[in-house]
Amino acid sequence: MEVNILAFGIAREIMGKQNLVLEIPNQSTVKELLEIIEMQFPKLKDLASMTIAINEEYVKEEREIKAMDEIAIIPPVSGG
Amino acid sequence: MIKITDQPINITEVIELVNASGAGAIDVFIGTVRNKTQEKQVTRLEFEAYDGMAVKEMQKIAESAKSKWPVQKIAIYHRKGVLEIGEVAVVIAVSTPHRKDAFEACQFAIDTLKQTVPIWKKEVFEGGEEWVSAHP
Repeated sequence: MEVNILAFGIAREIMGKQNLVLEIPNQSTVKELLEIIEMQFPKLKDLASMTIAINEEYVKEEREIKAMDEIAIIPPVSGG
Repeated sequence: MIKITDQPINITEVIELVNASGAGAIDVFIGTVRNKTQEKQVTRLEFEAYDGMAVKEMQKIAESAKSKWPVQKIAIYHRKGVLEIGEVAVVIAVSTPHRKDAFEACQFAIDTLKQTVPIWKKEVFEGGEEWVSAHP
């Protein structure tokens, strides 16, 4: 299935754009999605952390991705 | 009273938002842009936010502060975009009946914001730039 991915901060710069469309296997988990993304953009592995938010909430790695999910890549936050 | 804005933050406005008849104290945290990081001279900061989620996470901080301390009102405003040295990046104001709780709740709010809210800060130096905390 096709999913839309939002990227922010240094992840956006590494991926070269804010919005990315990716083809992933049906029923992929967050963990599997992270592996697919890291394979395409190996520099993401150098980050201190990288997590995924779905529909504007932090989620666990076992969470299954659904087609309509709003997926965002969250590199280490540094607000304040 | 949570806001992400690309306009300068009016500090007085944020403080007035939390004034309450049951409050004997208002504690305010103001985060400003510092001119250096370790030995490097910073020329400006660029803040990027995942707006919708950042507001939700800030709302969670406000709710959490209210559950831990007798918070009358709390306001959290965060700026995004390009900020020059000395500009205000974040303002948190908390009102409580007594001062100790206001200090504690305000510290909790800024400490948690730095850990959980999806906002990113890039430091721009003379001849370089760096996303803060991005690499180990």
